Amino acid sequence: MVEINLNRRQFLKLSGATAVTLAVVELGFNEKKAYAQSKGFKIAKATVTPTICCFCGVGCGILVHTKDNTVVYTEGDPDNPINEGKLCSKGTTLRQLYTSEKRLTKPLYRAPGSDKWVEKDWNWMLDTIAKRTKETRDASFVETENGITVNKTEKIASLGGAALDNEETYLLSKLMRGLGVTYLEHQARI
Amino acid sequence: MTNHWNDLQHTDCALIIGANPAENHVISFRWLTKARENGGKIISVDPRFTRTSSQADVYASLRSGTDIPFVGGMIKYALDNNLIHKEYVANYTNASFIVKEGYEFKDGLFSGYDEAKRSYDKTKWALESNPDGTPVKDMTLEHPRSVFQLMKKHYSRYDVDTVTAVTGTPKEDYLNVCKTFCATGKAGKSGTIMYAMGATQHTVGSQNVRIYAILQLLLGNIGIPGGGINAMRGESNVQGSTDFGLLYDNLTGYLASPKATVPEHATLAGYLAKETPVSGYWSNKPKFVVSLLKAWYGSNATKDNEFGYHFLPKGNKNYSHINLFKTMYDGGLDGAFFFGTNPVVGGPNAGKEKEALGKLKWLVAIDLWETESSAFWQKAAGSNPADIKTEVFLLPASASFEKEGSISNSSRWMQYRWKAIDSRGEARPDLDIIHELATKLKKLYAGSSKSADKPFLALDWNYGTGDVPDIDLVAKEINGYDLTTGKLLPGFGALKDDGTTSSGNWIYSGFYPEEGKNKSKNRDNKDTGGHHYLNWSFAWPMNRRIIYNRASADANGNPWSKEKAVIWWDSLQNKWVGNDVPDFKADTAPAAPGGTGAFMMNKDGVALLFAPTLNDGPFPEHYEPYESPMPNAFSSQEINPAITLFEGDFNKRGFKSDYPIVATTYRVSEHWQSGTMTRNQEWLSELAGHMFVEISEELAKEKGIKNKDKIVVTSARGEIEAYAMVTKRYKPFKVRGKQVHQIGMPWHFGFKGYATGATANRLTPHIGDANTMIPEYKAFLCDVRRA
Repeated sequence: MVEINLNRRQFLKLSGATAVTLAVVELGFNEKKAYAQSKGFKIAKATVTPTICCFCGVGCGILVHTKDNTVVYTEGDPDNPINEGKLCSKGTTLRQLYTSEKRLTKPLYRAPGSDKWVEKDWNWMLDTIAKRTKETRDASFVETENGITVNKTEKIASLGGAALDNEETYLLSKLMRGLGVTYLEHQARI
Repeated sequence: MTNHWNDLQHTDCALIIGANPAENHVISFRWLTKARENGGKIISVDPRFTRTSSQADVYASLRSGTDIPFVGGMIKYALDNNLIHKEYVANYTNASFIVKEGYEFKDGLFSGYDEAKRSYDKTKWALESNPDGTPVKDMTLEHPRSVFQLMKKHYSRYDVDTVTAVTGTPKEDYLNVCKTFCATGKAGKSGTIMYAMGATQHTVGSQNVRIYAILQLLLGNIGIPGGGINAMRGESNVQGSTDFGLLYDNLTGYLASPKATVPEHATLAGYLAKETPVSGYWSNKPKFVVSLLKAWYGSNATKDNEFGYHFLPKGNKNYSHINLFKTMYDGGLDGAFFFGTNPVVGGPNAGKEKEALGKLKWLVAIDLWETESSAFWQKAAGSNPADIKTEVFLLPASASFEKEGSISNSSRWMQYRWKAIDSRGEARPDLDIIHELATKLKKLYAGSSKSADKPFLALDWNYGTGDVPDIDLVAKEINGYDLTTGKLLPGFGALKDDGTTSSGNWIYSGFYPEEGKNKSKNRDNKDTGGHHYLNWSFAWPMNRRIIYNRASADANGNPWSKEKAVIWWDSLQNKWVGNDVPDFKADTAPAAPGGTGAFMMNKDGVALLFAPTLNDGPFPEHYEPYESPMPNAFSSQEINPAITLFEGDFNKRGFKSDYPIVATTYRVSEHWQSGTMTRNQEWLSELAGHMFVEISEELAKEKGIKNKDKIVVTSARGEIEAYAMVTKRYKPFKVRGKQVHQIGMPWHFGFKGYATGATANRLTPHIGDANTMIPEYKAFLCDVRRA
């Protein structure tokens, strides 16, 4: 977990207390009472973790509030100089990437000719994928071409990666080239 | 981007062409708004009156696919009216270089064209050099074969009347753009050009960007605050994924993949000799290549085995996206991995790409969702599952905040994302998946003595002992080590070509200079001057925020103006100082050899107005899109003479007799790319729930279409049904005396998720740019009728 330096003003902003306090004061309510109530708010005592938006290339900062093993709130990171707390419609709804019922939660397998997915465990999936990769690589591997060492397979393709982290793209590029894959492409091309 | 998002506030004029940042890069726009508060102007050039246009001071329409005439005319305007920054041009570009005799340009073709091969012999565009290899120059720029004079001649044909007749831009609007933007040619003023896929997704996409760069160089707008040429990236880490070599033709850090078809590439020495220029910063290339080989092959990379160079695959063809799918379609691929990608919605001629998937034996999709691509075999995709023999593995991936790692935005800022929560369900980070797959494969190959297995067995893969890799070890490997001391490297300046250093990606070397100091985690947001925020994150290369910033000072090292100063030569301290990290050798004085080489990556230290390296000509020239409603007004070459044409039913071509309407695709703020990340969310699905096609009131009237009617759009590739959105944002173009209609549509939709709709890419063609093979999504022909 990162340590973010929060001054008191920012902390209040993050906890939502400032805005709420001001709103109730304007309506003539008792500030102290309202503050007491704010302790029960959804994001009180939530853990705040800074992230960067996963959508476009602007790179806006977002704070993710988590509590009881769920994402309870997300908001623009006021400390990030690019967006200074502002977000667009996509950045604003980041939380739903966690909460959406459409999220895949288990590995799924579709057998040849089948019309449905079947749940499988990770180990079976990765073992089988490794086996398929090896079979295809071994059957198609070319060591030399016109007297030149080429060490490649032209039967496996790898596509995608523009949403991955740098460390992930690095390992992906290294693994695929390590296997001899030449059909290596991603979204930058299209 | 040469510059960065926060720097936009310093611009005196932003020319936004081929992009709609108010909608697609929303938060960038707050810095443009700030620029306007400071007196800056915003120009929007787009076929459609977009949200960006609505915030602009000047709007000009243009027909899709006519950027080169539009900007070519601006170049002529700047030259004719003496608005260029002549001293900058003479010192920092190759304007003064002399092109060898024999170069010519005639009726749309440059010298050296081979019609049968559809390619050029680029040696016919060579520059004259002195016996010592330095270029022959004429600093007066008067020599008839100087780049400057040839350029002037080339764009003399792009007069306002011809240009506006082709682009369809009202003449008054066009001249207003020319006048407003070319005013930034003065020292003390800066203009930026911001573009996105509206510029690149054309058969002349590379040359579109080239012509923006030429205009910017003529106006002296590169290397200064509020200037530059700024590509707005559409994905959060498409900058990083490109930097890290996820394209077939580049290893990491833009080092060319070795090829079986280049005889010199048979050995490492031959490859390095062929790929390394004699001067400029790239002359250090052997250090970058050998250090990469050390990062990948560790102790298996030795001097005796050419540092493992032969373990790398050597291809013999163009393996880019369109070719990849053509091969798959023809049954030439057995397996594929999809890491968060959805070509059944996002690929060109997507119906054919879907069919191609059925030819695979196995497909592995790693994603947060079931996508149209991993579900291509289902009835909803129009497939008969029983006929499709492809085995599909769908692995649930973690969301960005369920794991940790860095991403690089358009500004090249490498920002860290910390893990906020454990992954949903059984989802796992891609890093773990890639690592475990590699580990399992290593086990399967362990002990093999087959020569074919050697390259993979030699791959160095040590990221800790558990199933979960240690990301810190990956980060440090990218930065690189001094292998003699085991210490992290301070930057790429320390790299060596003798195998004593390693670096997984040289351009990032320096982000992790010592233990515990991963600079992508820097969160000090104090403005360190010039709004560069040098202690916030890390910008490659070496934390430079404005690249080519040497060009912000004149040949003597003094800023062109006080307003636009970035770095300058301090003769007392004998070094370059300023508010940004110098993109230059810090102690090379202006009068020293190479002291004015502001574009130090290039062989001669200057920017290329004349670029004898591109496949389709040293100067950008207009050709009509692959599918166009009119003949080319500039020459008898209708389409780019250097593009690859595909035969057969993989890509049918449409003509104006059947498909008279120009179409383009675009995005909306509420959805992202192929929609998988947004159409699976409730709120965004509700905000933008339906596929629509935007058409002009005039076209609607002609076709008897009312707003919200269901309509059918057809192209040579297929047809889709969607709602008509009749708007004033499109107006028919008057091109060469005739009326041409253009329509536009979002490309986000498919049959999965909450918000479903027809896929626009069922209509788009499999035809690519002559240099990059990026598909021409942004200009194709169609017809429209009521459903």
